[in-house]
Amino acid sequence: MGIKKTVTLYCKYASICVRSLMQYKVSFVLMIVARFIISFGEFLAITFLFSGFEEIKGYTYSDILLCFAVIQISFVLAEVFGEGFQVFSGTVKRGEFDRMLLRPCSLILQVIGTKFEIERTGPLITAGIMLWIGIRSSQIQWNVLTIWTLIAMIVGGTLLFIGLFMLGASFCFYFIEDTSLLNVLTYGAKTHGKYPIDVYGKGIMGFCTYIIPYTLIQYYPLQYLLGKTTQWQFAFYPVGIIIFLIACYMVWRIGVRNYRSCGS
Amino acid sequence: MKKYYLFFKLRFAAGVQYRMASITALTTQLIWGLMECLVYKVIAETYGEYLPMNYTSIVAYIWLKEAFLVLFNTWNTDKDIFGMIMNGDVAYELCRPFSVYSMWFSRSVGGRISEALLRCFPVLLCAFLMPKPYKMSLPVSGGAFGLFLLTTILGMGITVAFCTLVYMLCFFTISPKGWKMVLVGAVDFLSGNIIPLPFFPASVLKIVEWLPFAYMQNVPFRIYCGDMVGEEMFLAVFKQVFWLIVLIGLGVLLWKRVENRIVVQGG
Repeated sequence: MGIKKTVTLYCKYASICVRSLMQYKVSFVLMIVARFIISFGEFLAITFLFSGFEEIKGYTYSDILLCFAVIQISFVLAEVFGEGFQVFSGTVKRGEFDRMLLRPCSLILQVIGTKFEIERTGPLITAGIMLWIGIRSSQIQWNVLTIWTLIAMIVGGTLLFIGLFMLGASFCFYFIEDTSLLNVLTYGAKTHGKYPIDVYGKGIMGFCTYIIPYTLIQYYPLQYLLGKTTQWQFAFYPVGIIIFLIACYMVWRIGVRNYRSCGS
Repeated sequence: MKKYYLFFKLRFAAGVQYRMASITALTTQLIWGLMECLVYKVIAETYGEYLPMNYTSIVAYIWLKEAFLVLFNTWNTDKDIFGMIMNGDVAYELCRPFSVYSMWFSRSVGGRISEALLRCFPVLLCAFLMPKPYKMSLPVSGGAFGLFLLTTILGMGITVAFCTLVYMLCFFTISPKGWKMVLVGAVDFLSGNIIPLPFFPASVLKIVEWLPFAYMQNVPFRIYCGDMVGEEMFLAVFKQVFWLIVLIGLGVLLWKRVENRIVVQGG
């Protein structure tokens, strides 16, 4: 199937999801407001925390806001596009995956096409505020490379989270039940990723580089963005997420091969 | 009274069933707590004496928060009740010759205590066995521990009363999910779940202390680690009792109104 056809098909899927959400307009608006309030609370928490002191391990208030905004935007975008993986255990349990296997169309497209959660975009409002404050009070030298770094961090982060969602979905082939084991890696990274990873010390740094490559989209490019280092190659570290994504895809493929129907 | 005790027991037995889920939850909570401790450790290393709470207290607060998460959280509300309101099964509840408010209240308490008892001991055990800077400390005194237990129960009562109030509000709207999340988001922040309340600026704290949310987990945890002592402590216990009565009263009143105008959706 060609790329053009895939994209058109995905847009069709997405528009169906959006229309079905729009059937409950009050609920839709409330969900956006609720998610905004939750994320705004986290923003306030950082603000309150920083009212007592100046910096954490050399990172100022605005640096942390910038970092948190990037992670939050990545996570929200990943949830909007990748929610289909998050609810995958239900898809397997109800036997809907069997139906997908029969269609002459990419499996991943069908899985992510089942959900297009624009009602999760509430935190983007908070992230926008934080990004604005963060950028305004920082000393970032804006040029092509720093703009690229910021965008690469967000896109790379989105892909990283989608990869993790896919990994979680792959486990559903074996365990059927929703194990929620990977929630630590996804929600945990969203919550604790607001501080640059080196705050947590060497051990966590190692884990976040060699096991799950969070540092590629957070710590290293951030160092370059904030002008803490002159090593320009850090700006291109987010590209490395593609390798992680391929690895996740392999696991998914193995999962699909070993799939045994269980639904009715 | 016996029938409410039986609802409590039923929910308790159901809660004990999910063991695998408990193991996953335990790992998640330990990692969560540890990550939080790491951040505060870095902060305390630089600004130790300027912080509104000392580092050992913060660590104890974090571990207690993880251990008693299910007692005080407002987001993991009883799904059965929400389901009943949405799909119309609530009609059966109305047929029973009990007070629906007391039934839901006792059921929530049962669910929370059963889950908390299962989860708190492993978390606490691990927290006490942690290496030095992340180690959980013992309560500051025997008296403080006794008060901690008492205020935990009062704080949980306030949380459950608040959640039951939210259930009642769901009768007035067909899309309860949104309302629930709006309230939960606000409460999570105001009860000191994201950062302990002492870290709030003084002016904000003054307002927050007028709300019932400051008397949920904030009081017991800070009494345990010795951050809340003397007059402030006894005043807090008094205010807990006050809010518990007010919230339960409001819930009962609201239920009376619901009962008169209830429209059962679905079938």
